[in-house]
Amino acid sequence: MKLAKVDWALGAVLAVMILGASACGSSSSSKSSASNLPAKVGAGEGQLNLVAWEGYTQPQWVKPFEKQSGCQVHAKYAGSSDEMVTLMRQNGGNQYDMVSASGDASLRLIDGGDVAPMNVALVPEWKNFIPQLQSPSHNTVKGVHYGISLQWGPNTLLYNTKSVTPAPTSWAEIYGTKYKGQVTVPNNPIQIADAALYLSKTEPALGISDPYELTEPQLNAAVNLLKKQRPLIKKYWALASDEIELFKNGDAVIGAAWPYQYSTLIGDHVPVQQIIPSQGATGWADTWMLSAHAKHPNCAYKWTNWVSSPKVQAEQAISYGETPVNRKACPLMETIQKGSCEVYHANAPAAYFDSIKFWRTPVAACGNGQSNCMDYTSWQKKWTEVTG
Amino acid sequence: MASSIAASRTPRARVSAALFRRPWLRAVLLLSAPGAWFVLIYLAALALLFVSALWKVDPLSGKLIHSWTLQNFEELVNEPVYRTIALRTIGIAAAATLTDVLLAVPFAFFAVRVASKRMQGVLFVAVLIPLWSSYLVRVFAWRLILAKNGILNSFLGGLGLGSVNIGYSNTAMWIVFSYIWLPFMILPVWSSLERVPDSLIEASADLGARGWRTFRTVIFPLILPGIAAGSIFTFALTLGDFITPTLVGGAGSTMIGNVVYSNVGIANNVPFAAAFAVVPLIVMGLYLLLARRLGAFEAL
Repeated sequence: MKLAKVDWALGAVLAVMILGASACGSSSSSKSSASNLPAKVGAGEGQLNLVAWEGYTQPQWVKPFEKQSGCQVHAKYAGSSDEMVTLMRQNGGNQYDMVSASGDASLRLIDGGDVAPMNVALVPEWKNFIPQLQSPSHNTVKGVHYGISLQWGPNTLLYNTKSVTPAPTSWAEIYGTKYKGQVTVPNNPIQIADAALYLSKTEPALGISDPYELTEPQLNAAVNLLKKQRPLIKKYWALASDEIELFKNGDAVIGAAWPYQYSTLIGDHVPVQQIIPSQGATGWADTWMLSAHAKHPNCAYKWTNWVSSPKVQAEQAISYGETPVNRKACPLMETIQKGSCEVYHANAPAAYFDSIKFWRTPVAACGNGQSNCMDYTSWQKKWTEVTG
Repeated sequence: MASSIAASRTPRARVSAALFRRPWLRAVLLLSAPGAWFVLIYLAALALLFVSALWKVDPLSGKLIHSWTLQNFEELVNEPVYRTIALRTIGIAAAATLTDVLLAVPFAFFAVRVASKRMQGVLFVAVLIPLWSSYLVRVFAWRLILAKNGILNSFLGGLGLGSVNIGYSNTAMWIVFSYIWLPFMILPVWSSLERVPDSLIEASADLGARGWRTFRTVIFPLILPGIAAGSIFTFALTLGDFITPTLVGGAGSTMIGNVVYSNVGIANNVPFAAAFAVVPLIVMGLYLLLARRLGAFEAL
């Protein structure tokens, strides 16, 4: 029969393709060596491709950079640290030159060989950074710098001042039923740490000391809290702009946010306020990291120097609502907006820095020498269970 | 005559003569380009999908491990959350399909049987116009319509009817899917209605059947293949979509497409995404078998 013949031919074609597909892909990737750091910044390559958090590549400081350096900036916004890691690994990792990685992505990128060491001597402003973020453990491994710190800040509780009264003081508001159907939180596994931080204060019997080092029962307790929270949620937001729209249209009145959403909403005259609740807050410390396969390394160094300068540090801190790493930014912030240095904690004592639980990739090894903590893969799985 | 034939034996003429004598050669030349495209782009992609579903990813480095394992499929079966997502996807696809049938049949019936020729043209253009604008723009528009302070609620409020809270929910997804795929249902139903001969309807009336009876026993069986063809579009398109759930879905609106998208774009777990993508393929395969039973392929 004719049909049978065609089927046979198709089968043969498929078999060949399957064999071909399994044969390819056995090539291994090579890790970059840590020793050959550039000694000076050469001429720019005319282009720079960045993976960044929304709000990190505003025209205010990108346009002057392009003019001064001749490097055209192309930015891709990522909604989560997981997405940043994936973008930096796609297509052999040579699509993007730099990434503004937070502490929960940076070690994954270093372990995966996706980012290259950087020469801090080529970034003169690095000496003026706050000491805690010159060589922090999330971007400096065994004395090798994999990137230059950028900005830091807390994840805040954002609320609509018209609909949420009295003003909240606790994270309990997003776990209780008072604002059912009007709550929004990030669609991000690291959100489990927020629940764990809340439980560490409200249920001391669980014995949570660090929200990123959770044993199985502790993780399950946090996940149970989040599962109870799910019916209260209007939407798990993926991009900062999603949350901004939810607040603008009145669909959400309270939620976990970044200072960027707050400053954008205030700019649009939406009545919102943000606080660090009594239980404290998780937060982020971001690093510009250089891809191990970067095609435009000179432009990357030029960019790093540009965003480390006191002026751009000040501009970004005020635009996003975060804290600059460069101590010299404070007086410049005052000239842009009176009182902003104080508001954005640019002159805050070390105790403020220490009060924030900065994002970290959860690993099996707990800080106390035991290895019964749940790693990030389990966090991701649990998060899918919560939101799916 | 003979000399003119001899004179026309230029190389071009010889080629066309050779082609004329060998029909199989013509077929090969005509089909080789689309055939190669089909095999390389379409079947190769499918084959790669099946193969990579049997691989896994090293959780630390994110690199592919090219050893055969059924781990991804085991996870799909054992984790209840993926069953929930698969069932939700199929449920929404079925709901959108059913809604489109209920909207498309009366619409097409009016257009084909009742409307004037002029009106028919207007209706046809009206069905097609939404397809000229971007899919994304239309979904975003619905997001603004259904938002709490959106157009729908201000309209209802103006009429004194209070407000509804359906923005960012499965209801919103159902409305948007039904709207977006409606033209794909109307067109096949329209063309199958056009092919129903007037004589059959007249015969039915002559034998004493009223309008509803005629529709149920004469027209409906004749347009069923058209409905089945349309439902293949609406069902399959909903099954694979991830943009509408992302934009108008709420908490608990995750669909198969979202899991695939986030496993490729965010978690970097292509093998698991491939394994989950096999599920809609199987569902569609079963659906197509059913549709063929109903004669859908005669009306495509």
